[in-house]
Order: sequence, then C-alpha cells, then structure tokens
Amino acid sequence: MWQLVSGIFPYAILYTVPLLITALGGLFSERSGVVNIGLEGLMVIGMFTSAFVILQLQPVLPYMALWIGLAAGMAAGMLFSLLHAFASINLSANQIISGTAINMVAGALTVFLARNMTGSGNIRIQRGFTPKDVPGLSDIPVIGDLFFTNAYVTTLVILIILFLSSFVLYKTPFGLRLRACGENPQAAEAAGINVRRMRYIGVLISGAFAALGGAVIIVTYSGEFNGTAAGLGFLALAALIFGQWRPFGVLGATLFFGFASTVANVSQVIPELKVIPPVVLQTFPYVVTLIALILFSKSSQAPRAAGEPFDSGKR
Amino acid sequence: MKNAIVSLLAVLFGLLAGALLMAVTGHNPLAGYRFLLEGGLKSIERFGNTLATATPLIFTGLSVAFAFRTGLFNIGASGQMLIGGFCATFVGLTLDLPKPLLVPLVIAAGFAAGALWAFLPGLLKARFNVHEVVSTIMLNWTAYWVVYNAVPAYLKGPYLETESRPLPPNGNIRMTWLSELFGGSYINLGIFLAVLAVIAVAFIIDRTTLGYELKAVGFNRHAAEYAGMTVGRNIVLSMLIAGGLAGLAGVAQYTGNAVNIQIGHLPNQGFDGIAVALLGANNPYGVMLAAIFFGLLYAGRGYMNAMEGIPPEISDTIIAIIIYFAATSILIERLVRRLARRRRERRDAEAESGRA
Amino acid sequence: MEYIVEMLGIRKAFPGIVANDDVTLRLRRGEIHALLGENGAGKSTLMGILFGIYQPDAGVIKIRGKETKIANPNVANALGIGMVHQHFKLVHNFTVTENIILGSEPRRGLLYDTKSASRRIAELSRQYGLNVDPDAKIEDISVGMQQRVEILKMLYREAEVLIFDEPTAVLTPQEIRDLMDIMKNLKAEGKSIILITHKLKEIKAVADRCTVIRRGKLIGTVDVAATSEAEMAKMMVGRDVSLTVEKSKREAGDPVLRIESLTVLNNKKVPGLKSFSLDVRRGEIVGIAGVEGNGQTELVEALTGLRKPESGTIWFNGLDITRYSVRQRIECGIAHIPEDRQKRGLVLDYSLEDNMVLEMYYRQPYSRRGLLNRREIRRHAERIIGDFDVRAGEGAVTKARALSGGNQQKAIIGREMELDPLLLIAVQPTRGLDVGSIEYIHRRLVEQRDKGKAVLLVSLELDEILALSDRIAVLSHGELVGIVNAGETDENEIGLMMAGIGKEAESR
Repeated sequence: MWQLVSGIFPYAILYTVPLLITALGGLFSERSGVVNIGLEGLMVIGMFTSAFVILQLQPVLPYMALWIGLAAGMAAGMLFSLLHAFASINLSANQIISGTAINMVAGALTVFLARNMTGSGNIRIQRGFTPKDVPGLSDIPVIGDLFFTNAYVTTLVILIILFLSSFVLYKTPFGLRLRACGENPQAAEAAGINVRRMRYIGVLISGAFAALGGAVIIVTYSGEFNGTAAGLGFLALAALIFGQWRPFGVLGATLFFGFASTVANVSQVIPELKVIPPVVLQTFPYVVTLIALILFSKSSQAPRAAGEPFDSGKR
Repeated sequence: MKNAIVSLLAVLFGLLAGALLMAVTGHNPLAGYRFLLEGGLKSIERFGNTLATATPLIFTGLSVAFAFRTGLFNIGASGQMLIGGFCATFVGLTLDLPKPLLVPLVIAAGFAAGALWAFLPGLLKARFNVHEVVSTIMLNWTAYWVVYNAVPAYLKGPYLETESRPLPPNGNIRMTWLSELFGGSYINLGIFLAVLAVIAVAFIIDRTTLGYELKAVGFNRHAAEYAGMTVGRNIVLSMLIAGGLAGLAGVAQYTGNAVNIQIGHLPNQGFDGIAVALLGANNPYGVMLAAIFFGLLYAGRGYMNAMEGIPPEISDTIIAIIIYFAATSILIERLVRRLARRRRERRDAEAESGRA
Repeated sequence: MEYIVEMLGIRKAFPGIVANDDVTLRLRRGEIHALLGENGAGKSTLMGILFGIYQPDAGVIKIRGKETKIANPNVANALGIGMVHQHFKLVHNFTVTENIILGSEPRRGLLYDTKSASRRIAELSRQYGLNVDPDAKIEDISVGMQQRVEILKMLYREAEVLIFDEPTAVLTPQEIRDLMDIMKNLKAEGKSIILITHKLKEIKAVADRCTVIRRGKLIGTVDVAATSEAEMAKMMVGRDVSLTVEKSKREAGDPVLRIESLTVLNNKKVPGLKSFSLDVRRGEIVGIAGVEGNGQTELVEALTGLRKPESGTIWFNGLDITRYSVRQRIECGIAHIPEDRQKRGLVLDYSLEDNMVLEMYYRQPYSRRGLLNRREIRRHAERIIGDFDVRAGEGAVTKARALSGGNQQKAIIGREMELDPLLLIAVQPTRGLDVGSIEYIHRRLVEQRDKGKAVLLVSLELDEILALSDRIAVLSHGELVGIVNAGETDENEIGLMMAGIGKEAESR
C-alpha cells in the first residue's frame, strides 16, 4: 500500500502543478471581476511558445533554454490575454463568449503556425527538466519520500508563486483593492481605485500563469506540443470553484484532482485498482466538481461582481 | 437589420485577418481563398459535402441559439453531440430492422440522449442555481470519457480499438438516391432534418406560448416567477430541447457524414455552434446561413491545403477570429455609427457649399 | 471667502436628456444646504459632478474661491469633498475598517496596517457619536450603521464638504432623527453639508438654505426658515400641489383576505415575519407601515405565492390558499403591483404588449392551443395604453425598456387592474415617480377601493400610507405592533409603533 502511495505521489504532484498555477491565474482574474474561461487556450499558447523557443535554443543553451522557454511562454500568454482583457473590460463584451473565442483562436492558430514551421502540427523538444532528489531533504522519512524525491525544480517555483499570491492577495493594499474590484467595483471606483487597470492586471496575470502552466507541462512530463491541453484549462476552472476562490483552497482542489487523474491513469496496472472501471476514475474529477457545485451553491464565495461588465458611474 | 450588418462585418474582418495570416506565412491569400471556394463548390459532389458539413453546425448552432434566447449558455453542445451520436450509433448497430423503421429510432435515440445529457445541467441550474457554463463543461469531458470507454466495450469492430463498427445501410441516415444526386457526396438525410429543425425552432420561439414562456424566463426569471410561470420547469425544458438539438448534430455527423464514431475526440462542432449562433444573431434562419458559410470554410480547406499548401487550420483560425469580432461587436457598431455620421456630415457640408 | 463650493452655470447632457441645464449652486462654509427636486430632476447628476464621477459639459466649479477641475473621486477627496451615496458603496465581506481605508490604506512596509486605522476610526466614531464597530463585517451590520460607515469614510479622509444623497430612504423615524442630530454635530464642528432630498419635512428640520431644481433647470435658492413647505413644493413641481388625497368615507364590507398567525422565514432562514394576523375587507385600503426590512417583503411574498410560509394560514374569499401556486392565486383574483418594477414587474426586453399579457398569455383570447393570438394581445395593450395614460414612443410595440419609470409603473398598474382583482396588493407603487404620476396612481388606488375591491398597500413613505389608508397595520421586526384607524392617528404614533413601542391591536 505504502509503495503504491509513494510511487504515485510524484506523478500526482507532477500532474497537479500545472493545474495549480493555471487555477491561480484564473483566481486573480476572477477576483478582479473578469471571468476567464479561456484558460485552456492560454495554456496551449504557453505550450506552443515554450516548445518552439526551447526547440530553437536547446542546441545552443541546453539548460537555460528551458528557463527562457518558460519566460517566453509567460510573455506570450500575457500578450494573448490582452485580447480577452480588451474585449471584456473596454468593450464590455460577454466574458464567456470572449473566453471561448480565445480558446478557439489559440487552438487553431498555434497548430496553424506549428504546421507552417515544422510540417506536422507537433513540436517535440529534446529534453526537459530532469527530476532529482533534493539533497538532504529527501532523506527525511515519509515526507522526504513523498515530496523531495523525483522532484522537479518547477514545482518549487510554482509553490513559491502560490505563497506569494496568497500574501499579495490578503496582506497588501494591491490585494485589497483587487478583491474590492471583484466584489463591488462601484465601491472601489468611489474609493478612487482605477477598476479598469486592476482588471487588466488580473487578466494579464491569468494569461501569464495559465501559459506558465502549459509550459511547465512541456518541460516536465509531456515534452511535446500537440495543439491541445486535453481539457486541463477547464479542469483548472473546476478547481478554482472547488477551492472557493482561495489560494490554499485551490491547492487542495488541484491536489485532489491531480491524484484522481493519476490514479485513473495507472489504475489498470495496479492489481488493487484494476477492479474499478476506468471510466469511473477518469470522470471522477468532473463528477466530484459537479457535486461540489451543488454543495457550495448556497454559500458560494464567488466574487460577486465577477462576470459583469463594469459600468462606470452606474448607481 | 443592425445585427445582420454586424455579422457581415465580423465575417469580413475575419476573412481579412485570415488573408493576413496567409500572407505573413508565405502563401497567396487570393489563391488561397479561390481554392477554398472551389474546394467547397466546384462540383456538385463538393457542394453536397459542403451542405453535409454544415448540417451538424446548423444543429449545434440552433442548440446554442435556442438556449441563449431562453437565457442559458449551452457550452455543452460538444458532449451532447457525442452522447447523441453514440446512442444513435448504438441503436443503429444493435437493432436489426428495415430502414424505414430503424432510421426514425436512430434519430429519436440521438435526440433523446442529447436531451438527457443536458437535463442534468438544466436541473442543477433550476434547483441549485449552478451556473450552466461550468456544469456543461464538466459533462463535456464526462461524455468524452464515457464514449472513450463505451465504444471499445460495446461497438468495436474486429480490427480497431478506437472506433466503432461501421453502420449497416439500414442503420445510417444516408440515402443512395441522395448521394447519387450529388455525385457521390456524403450528403444525407441530416440536411433535411436540419431545415425542418430550423423551421420548427423559429415557429416555437415566435408563435407559441411555450416560446413566450421560455423567452420570458430567459430574459427575466424574476418577472416570470412573479407572473406565475414555473421557472424551474422552463429552464429544464429549455435545456432538454437544446440538448436534443445538439444530439441531432451527433446523429447527422456520426450516422450520416461518417458512418461510425471515433473515440478520443471532443467534436469541434460543439464550440463552432457558439460561433454560428453568435453570427446568426441567435435567429434560426441566421444560424442556418452562418452554418452553411462555416461549412464552406471547412469543406474547402482540404482542397486549399492540397493546392496551395496552406494548413487546414486556417479555417479554424478564421472562424475563431470571426467569433472574436462578433463578440466585440460594439467596436463594429461604433465603426458603423462613425461611418454613418461622417457620411451625414459630408452630405451636410456639400449642401452648405452648394448653397453658398 | 464666503462660499466654500460654487458650481456656476453647470450643464450636463446624457444621450436623450439634459440632466443639468445652466444650474448654479453656492454652498456657504458651515451651512447645511438642501438640494431639492423631484425624482429625475437632476440632483444626483449635479452632485456626481461635484464628486468627480461625471464631467460637466459646460460651467465652472470653484472650491474655496479657486477654479478647479474635479476629474475623479480621488481629486474630490483631495479637495475635502466626500459623499454618502444613496446606494452604499461598501464591500459586503470586508470589515468596516477595510472599507474605510480602501484606496488610501496606511502602509507598513508592503502590508497595509489595519490596527492603527481601526484605532483612528474608533476615535472618530466616538467624537461624532456614530457608534460604529470597526471590526464588524458589513454584511453583518444594520443598514443604519452601514450608512454611518459611509459617513465615517468621509470623516476619515478629513472631508470638509459632505454630500448626503437621499440619506433617509432606508432609515426608521428614530434613525432619521439621529441622523439629523449627527448632521447638526458635523455643522457645529465646522463641516459644510449638501443634503439631496425630496422630503420637505427634513429640509425644514435641518437645512439653512435650499436650492430647487426642476427638470434640470435651476428654479431658485431660498432661505428655509422663511419659506413654507407648500411654497417649496410649488417650486419643485411647478404648480400647486395638493399634499393630501381626495377620499370619501366608506363602509368596508366583509373580509376578503384573512391572514392567521403567518410566520415566514427570510433568506437567512430566520423568521422575517412572526405570527402575523390581519384581515382586509372589501372596499377598504389597508396600509402596512414599517421601515424597510421589517417583514414586509416576506409578507407580500407569502401572500402572492413567491415564498412558502413556515406556519399559519391564508384565507382568500373563503378558500385556504396557503399552499396555492402563484398562478392559482392570480386566477383566484389576487393582483400584485411589485416593489421593483424592473426586476419583477416587467420583462424589459419584451414589448409593451407582450408585457401586458404576462400573467394571462396562456388563456383565451390571448392564445389558443398553444398558439399566441397577436391581434387580441395588441388590442389588450392598446386598451391599457388608453385607459391608463401610458406614454410609449411606438405604442404597443415599444420595448418596455424604452419607457420612463412613471409610464412603466402605469402600465403595470393598468395590467393588474385590468385583471379586475378582488384583492390588489400594491407595494411601493409610487417609488421614484414624479408628482404627476404619483397623484394619478393614488387616484386609481382609491378608485379601486370605491369600486368595492380590497387594497393592501405596502409603502415605506409614511405620508402615502396616512393619506391613502383606511386602516394601518404597523410592522416592526417582523411582528404586528398594532392596527389603527388612519383617521385617528398621526405620524408620531406610527413612528413610535415602527420602533416597536406598540399598542394592542384594536380591530382585526
């Protein structure tokens, strides 16, 4: 049993991390008041950009290429999310439709460009980050086996971002103002806050984080861009709701989903789990989110003004 | 009228953006578009294929548009289509009846399955106010995995794990006379069903008490409740109809355009349906026109790729850009208003100078 | 420098309407200056300009004698101008302190410092007698306290000019008196106040001078002590206004509605209405008086079928309708003019004619076998437009959204009265309307009663209740405090009852 858990654990973490950072991006966007269901498309943008950049640079800078690729992915995500920001904030477009458009454009455009560049729609990189044992910490019993063996450096980066996010959101003036924009933008405006600028920042962060999520997939377990994020962007959205729009709630939700998906993937090779029909494990995260939606429906902590275009000066 | 102008302009901008993209990646846009049109219209067979390609889009467009008119956002058309297509295929492969009996059953199965798949989001919205965008997205992926497992388990053929057996002639909705009429194309009964659906939806929405209720609930559920309408029942009914329409898209696609169903793919037509509904301004006839246009874009891209080397994803990209423009229609409206004002000012100035 | 604020020749237009047309207002240092006008006259727009929410199309603003442009609320704050809005600008799940410091948070390194802010807020609260708990969450405190938080916001930013936008709409008579005292305190401490209102009594109680606006134009500025209420009303409306309603004495018939020990839970799952009992008889108007949030909403929703009661019975015309659906009650003869005409009363995106059959579309002659009969629907709408003087740009096909508030309300009232109901429940029927529409609606309600129908009037405007009702039932904290005959009582007595100090119910 223990072998099972400690064997699965690193894979679960691996799967969780991109989900976590993407969901955090969605958190910042929705907390500022803009619903962003284009997370899926933004992940794809991150995957494409990072794969492309790494492919080009890897012959020259084998290790740094990875980090540059991650940064490039984030930058591309931010740029692309400007489309959503402009539509939702300046033009008061329907945020769901705008987000869907982002998903569609990202999916189509990246494959189009990839095909133009490489002939097929896929981009494969030579080498990603290698998992290592963290010196010293991996010797700690229990925790060492679980967290610090076969760990990726990107996991650490994402965890740092998580802690920073929570700090910024709840302890800094910026975070207070951002949250006000998502709950009652008229109140924020009356307090002299530039709601539009705040929401732009929220959406740009979501673009950067979601793209980073896609890029992390490329440099850790996937290694190949193939035009889709397999629904992870939507799963991140579910995690955001499941985690009730709080950073550590989202951590819990994504860990939960990460485990569920990993168990689903390995269930056929593990005798104890083989009895569960695979479809149950595969649909588990989605079904569980539906149940959570019902349970949380009365007491939802969703930012009140999320999804509504901001009407300056409205009474 | 204004809606039509906005839609046309969105299409124009999308096509222009597509041309730009083609040019930037080293292709000739004019040649590209010419081959695209030829690919969809050059022969009667190609024309038939264009109509057939448009058919699922008409259904998903109707599905999204209908839901939208009644205040609901059906992002789940993909999943409903997949489940509808699966159940239709299942019936077609399992029952052995003469075609005039089997085909109606196949169609009914597709509709019912799609409707049922939308029932849950409708119920959740009515009872718990769970936002249908999230619940339908969850069900999309649930449908994906259900079909992923169910096809190999129940419907597979002797060779492939990833797709079902082909439907026998009495179980699919193709008609030999129809295919021959269109020179061998894969056009099928679906197009007729689609046109019927367009007329039926238009009738329901505009002329019946059911349409009146559904729209009222969609526009303002509080007022509907105050006036004595049962909001919950109407939301569920709306989703059932929308889901059924998307299920018919599955019937058209998997028992008509193709004669089997493949796993591992969440049909694009579900999301394209959103674009079609938007472009068609949520009006059934507009949806039909928009769907045919998109059908053309999709049907012709293979030819364009063969002749000019332009990656077929250009069509997807153009469609996505069109929907972005349609979503940000305010920009277009402002443009139209500014052009109208400038024309008026110029006319006034000319009148002034004429007088002087 | 006699004037601290001068707004000279202000003009502001929105698409289709000129909200302010060459308006001038001067505020003296240390005075309480009322801004009087009907709903829609342009008062809030003018103050929005002063507070930096809007920019004037023409005109000059001088603060302390110096010409200034107020580009946004931050600039207004910096100039010492603060505003208590009619709809509070508070974040529901932040604390009082967080709401007050939002936008100008005291820093400690990267963090914002709530402790020192809390202390200062408690100090200010004490100084001005505001009684506010800095650490309470907004969603947990009363409406009156929320308003005082808005006042504290201004004081925290050291505002010298305080604008109050219709502050008394949400307060009990006692809280209104407290607010008047607070305003006098502020004046004593050297603050200058602009009070936006349409309530003449309050102007008489606290204001020094009053500027009157009508339909965007300045009518004049008067000295309050030297001007009577009737004169101010005339300036506000443009003609002589009868401040009372014509009503003849009538004998009421037998009860058509009997409410027995009705208890209804509110959204927080707590009883919002407790063991309420009341009769409404044919040919009478019963008024429900009380401050907002004291059970009226729960009562109306239980009566109309929008909310299930916890316990108790409702008898209508001899039938037990407690478990009846909304539609069944409408079919029994209960009509409802809702509190919020845009939320409940109309489907704004429907045409006027489609709205007029909102409750009856499924019946003949408006439809048959599921198909709508457009001609009958049109005829019905045109009848209402004619009988109830509804002004709609394109007649029956005008989108409801395009009608003015007054016309929307008249259409709703027309629709409900056309149902020829036994019982008409009217909630806040004249909210936000101009005096002409108010007079008209009052007349029709009395007409309904004179025809022998029953009317249940729920209103937050005590004057309206006193003018129209035959009997008045007072709600406080969800309980019936007492029932009195309108002719035998006055505002003070009702005010006391609204605060919970009651007399035993006289007649049931």
